[in-house]
Amino acid sequence: MSMILIWLLITVACYGAVIGTAALMTFAERKVSAAMQYRYGPNRVGPFGLLQPLADGVKFIFKEEVIPAGANPWIFKLAPILTALPAMLAIAVIPFTGVIGTFEGTEVLGSIANPEIGILYVLAVTGVGVYGAILGGWASNSKYSLLGGLRASAQMVSYELSLILAVLAVVATTGSLNLHEIVAGQSGWFGWNVFSQPLAFVLFLVCSYAETNRHPFDFAECEPELVGGFHTEYSSMKFAMFFIGEYTAMVVMACLTTTLFFGGYLVPFWADAPWWMGLIAFGAKTSFFLLLFIWVRWTLPRFRYDQLMHLGWKVLFPLALINIFVTGLVISFGPGAN
Amino acid sequence: MLTNYAPVLILLGIAVAFAAGNLIISDLLGRKRLNSEKATAYECGMDAVGSARIRLSIHFYLVAVLFILFDVEAIFLILWATNAKAFAAAGVGSFVFMEITAFVAVLAVALAYVWRKGGLTWDR
Repeated sequence: MSMILIWLLITVACYGAVIGTAALMTFAERKVSAAMQYRYGPNRVGPFGLLQPLADGVKFIFKEEVIPAGANPWIFKLAPILTALPAMLAIAVIPFTGVIGTFEGTEVLGSIANPEIGILYVLAVTGVGVYGAILGGWASNSKYSLLGGLRASAQMVSYELSLILAVLAVVATTGSLNLHEIVAGQSGWFGWNVFSQPLAFVLFLVCSYAETNRHPFDFAECEPELVGGFHTEYSSMKFAMFFIGEYTAMVVMACLTTTLFFGGYLVPFWADAPWWMGLIAFGAKTSFFLLLFIWVRWTLPRFRYDQLMHLGWKVLFPLALINIFVTGLVISFGPGAN
Repeated sequence: MLTNYAPVLILLGIAVAFAAGNLIISDLLGRKRLNSEKATAYECGMDAVGSARIRLSIHFYLVAVLFILFDVEAIFLILWATNAKAFAAAGVGSFVFMEITAFVAVLAVALAYVWRKGGLTWDR
């Protein structure tokens, strides 16, 4: 009974932390964008405008829901949930910190669940996110939405391949799919996977931007061409749900980058750090990658769609194959193999 | 160990409640002043012409098929990648690696064929 209580506590804490970070991210996006363009950004609601996400949420709730006449109402209503849910479910296996303590003989870990197939679960769950984009785009019965949905789905499946192969290189060096074990395998001097798998890190970073439809790959919603992409026809909370899903996916991707390549919750030069120190280290590393999302957005111009497909299939995918080939070569024939 | 997945169920419950709850609250509290003009599909200043249920470029279909092909390849690679170190430690690393290379090489030939045929070129 009380084990369930602990599960509930950790689940609520992790879920709240990620959703809260996603909400703050919408604020940070506007504030950092403003700073980069020498503007003020939102500064009216609360101190420094910090309550802006809350105000946005209330406003979204009281807005009118418009469903276009030719739309399929049920698929139209389902699509925002299908976008938000996969990103939220991926939170389940992210290791926020190491062992917090023991309870009735079982170790309580800093993640909601700790299945053996950790990273495979994330790949499986986030893969479902494509449906939200394509169903939302198709159900709207608008040409902009349809084209946006098509582009988004083709882009997401194309980059998912390289993403999986980049993750596999890390899995091969660690020999485990479990995220806690992947973190534990990165201890010691230059133990972070980014040093042993630099190419996989670059591939993962680029693909995570394409997977979350972020600049410079935001073709699903590039304003000059497609108005709003697959959510052109959406309004009020359904529109907000697409954005919650997108920002949650960004937070999840930043967490995964930290976990897979930057030692997760390991504190540099402090092998037996307490769990709260690990939590701080994890937060700091993840915050950097979240900032990088915004930084890249205001630094790089947008690609053209054929360039995007060219990059995905003709550059990143062969590179990912070569990377996993070399990784396998080193593991099977290099030092340590007999 | 199925208990490993029990917290995932709790998370699923919370996430569904959050997503569906927000939509329902918004549905109840939002203002409703629909008219036929609002319900038309978005078009910049004019009436939309024709339906949006149109035929699509074959390229999207090709991308989907290629994705399935190479995704299945990746699934088989997951099995190898997880056990690559164990194979090496057991002394069969080189043998298994050659096998997996042969498997990937077949699909690499498929990729080269599609590439050569122009299946990966978009600006045509």
